[in-house]
Amino acid sequence: MSLELRGITKSFGALVANDSIDLRVETGEIHAILGENGAGKSTLMNIVYGLVAPDSGEILVDDVLKNIKEPSDALASGIGMVHQHFMLVPVFTVAENIVLGHEKSGFGGRLELSAARARIKEVSDRFNFNVNPDDLIEGLPVGVQQRVEIIRALIYDAKVLILDEPTAVLTPQETDDLLKIMRELKSQGTSIIFITHKLREVKAVADRITIIRRGKVVGNASPDASQDELASLMVGRDVELVPEKFSHTIGKPILTVKDLTIRDITGRALVRNVNFEVKAGEILAIAGVQGNGQSEVARAMVNLEEFVAGSILLGGDEVIGMSVRESLHHGIAFIPESRELDGLIASMSIAENLILDVHDQPPYAKGIQMYPNIVLSESEKRKVEFDIRLQSVTDPISSLSGGNKQKVVLARELSRPVKLLVASQPTRGLDVGSIEFVHKRILEERDAGRAVLLFSTELDEVLALADRIAVMFRGEILAIVASGVTAQELGLLMAGVVNV
Amino acid sequence: MYKPTIKRPSLRAVKLPGLAFLLAMFFGGLLIIFSDSNTLKHISHPLAFIKAGGVAVWQSYLALFEGSVYNPSLATPHDSILAWYPLSETLVSAAPLILAGLSVALAFRAGLFNIGAQGQFIFGSIAASFVGFHFQLPIGLHILAAVLAAIVAGGIWGGLVGLLKARTGAHEVIVTIMLNYVALYFLVWLLGTTSFLRPGRRDPISPDVLHSARMPLLAGSNYRVNFGIFIALAAAIFVWWLLSRSTWGFRFRAVGANTAAAKTAGISVPFVMTSVMAISGALAGLGGAVHVLGSDFSLTSGTAGNFGFDAITVALLGRAKPMGTVFASILFGALRAGGGTMQANTNTPIDIVLVIQALVILFIAAPSVVKWVFRLKNLKSTGELAAKGWNG
Repeated sequence: MSLELRGITKSFGALVANDSIDLRVETGEIHAILGENGAGKSTLMNIVYGLVAPDSGEILVDDVLKNIKEPSDALASGIGMVHQHFMLVPVFTVAENIVLGHEKSGFGGRLELSAARARIKEVSDRFNFNVNPDDLIEGLPVGVQQRVEIIRALIYDAKVLILDEPTAVLTPQETDDLLKIMRELKSQGTSIIFITHKLREVKAVADRITIIRRGKVVGNASPDASQDELASLMVGRDVELVPEKFSHTIGKPILTVKDLTIRDITGRALVRNVNFEVKAGEILAIAGVQGNGQSEVARAMVNLEEFVAGSILLGGDEVIGMSVRESLHHGIAFIPESRELDGLIASMSIAENLILDVHDQPPYAKGIQMYPNIVLSESEKRKVEFDIRLQSVTDPISSLSGGNKQKVVLARELSRPVKLLVASQPTRGLDVGSIEFVHKRILEERDAGRAVLLFSTELDEVLALADRIAVMFRGEILAIVASGVTAQELGLLMAGVVNV
Repeated sequence: MYKPTIKRPSLRAVKLPGLAFLLAMFFGGLLIIFSDSNTLKHISHPLAFIKAGGVAVWQSYLALFEGSVYNPSLATPHDSILAWYPLSETLVSAAPLILAGLSVALAFRAGLFNIGAQGQFIFGSIAASFVGFHFQLPIGLHILAAVLAAIVAGGIWGGLVGLLKARTGAHEVIVTIMLNYVALYFLVWLLGTTSFLRPGRRDPISPDVLHSARMPLLAGSNYRVNFGIFIALAAAIFVWWLLSRSTWGFRFRAVGANTAAAKTAGISVPFVMTSVMAISGALAGLGGAVHVLGSDFSLTSGTAGNFGFDAITVALLGRAKPMGTVFASILFGALRAGGGTMQANTNTPIDIVLVIQALVILFIAAPSVVKWVFRLKNLKSTGELAAKGWNG
């Protein structure tokens, strides 16, 4: 089945999210739509799926004009979508989730599942999905949950499948599995629209690539184009995908972590006997698939974890037992994993977010009296230093893009005297341009002789920045390897395979 | 956050509360029409019905105005200013309400839902009246001592809630509701003890506070308006300063808007919770003091009236902003003062006032109703304030 979009235009107020976009997806084609965050990819797909009404434009399926007003129209036209955030009920089984909204009752009002179960088995076998209809969703790995979403689309006869940033939540191995599945679907005639900003995946699987920038189609590319070419098309200027890294001398140990064990409130160990050391001018990356204890280790560095045993020595001083504030002011800069949840206060102004940690210190305050004008003038300086694109420092932080939000976090954390930078997923959800900025800044800190502890689930990021790499798996450090390791070896380590 | 609060006290900020109030007055008007026996006689004649209804609503709301702001029939040939007597009554009702409202508003800004202003108000009135009638102190000093006692009593009663939340995670909504009962029954018990029972009386009423401990009157002995309104306004300025110009307020707002981020930035959340609830309780306690030292002069089991609960309403209506709370409190003080006159002069029962107050909150909590009625987009909501308290 082919899908054609003609002149799709959609504005939100003054912002033109889609500016007369034309796009054609052929039968059995994997068509990648590449663009930065905010380029308008998601809006376009939400229009195709009937979640957003376009201002103008036409949608044609198999060259027939379709009037798609809501998702049920899209499904009826053979268009299915797998969202970035899954729409599954965790405590239901696979089959229960799939019949949700189309339930049939059997004798005495009993939920009738056998037909759905059979269909799920059939689809699962046909595409090698390996999904059991009776498993509970909450017990399944993220990659399998995603397959459940795909099955749901296929069962309702989707011939064009939209995958919205499908690899954002997957491990490297799961990503490979998904790419395999996509090829399998394609070979059986399903068209796939693959939304992403990850160049490597696009090159690996796409037949054609459409690049969207600021709501407009800026070009098409073939998968043979180099990553640098694709990136510059996407961003609109040349970008350094892999930042230049100068070799330099590494100094004395700044951070020494010994036998670190972290438990949750029930006493279960989330992190067990972790040992590592970071020296001045060195980036130690802690790689691992999300949920293997890295988040807890990162939080423990500034005493945000409650049940911690072992020792964290920063320049010879024990950090464990300090308050969060004491650890920050002892020379730790902390970039939390979620800038929205832990890094920033959405309803407060940019200026206020820039001084969250030092709001009660001179020159911002004397005693308990604060000096708002000084807060403003200092934040103007940070704005320039960190190239934060904003209209006014008094605007709420929520008015900024993801990249600029992260710059605010960086600006705040690096404005204290810093011995150790702890950066947890510092580029998650950022566009290429912002990633470039953050990477450069992290390298600058390293070159200035600071110790850097980088937590990342992104292979490329780890390989580009790290001097040494520790891989965490199930709460333990599986191995610490030198930066020369290949992506494949690292991926296997992250999956828990030691004998590479 | 800093400059804009001064520069743009924008129309948008008062739009929702204003429209909600208008809508509430409208539905109040409908109720007046359908509860007015005179109007209902004309129900079969639409024109006459509308006319009679219009008259009934006009008269009721006029009486409400005359009972709360200006009533020309009160003026005498010697004293034309006496027509303003109702305004004095409005301010007398408003002063304690402002303080209790600020208490709720401050807690809101720190993300805490203080349902306990009532209990803190009760403790404030107990402390103030005890100091007021039990001790003999020089004028000036006496009133100061009574007010301070109320601040401390309310502060402890509120701070306890913050401490419990910080230490044990006990939800402040549940704790404050329970502590309201504790405060009320403590007051009832206290009124039966010899030290609080008025000599010669068997019913639960305390002795009057001594004259040396009463709030000075502002406009002579004909009017009850007293120094309490200045205390309330000063407290509003203090809360404004606290929230927008002090490190404490910065922390309160940070914790209120995003506890996790505040904690990550090194702000001590338990300390903030305890201190904000202590200050919040102190404000409500001060409200109790202004009430017993300014207009009631003695304690009964009903001393706190509905102040602590209306406080929630005015804080919501005032968007948890100090000045907004002041205006909302004066409005509610007017409704309270005018309701009696309305009942006396027209067929409209005083309960209509309660209905209007309740509708105001309903519309503020459900802004989409207001949006729908007035065909608005982008209305700033205060509903999230009401919802927030339950999450933490």
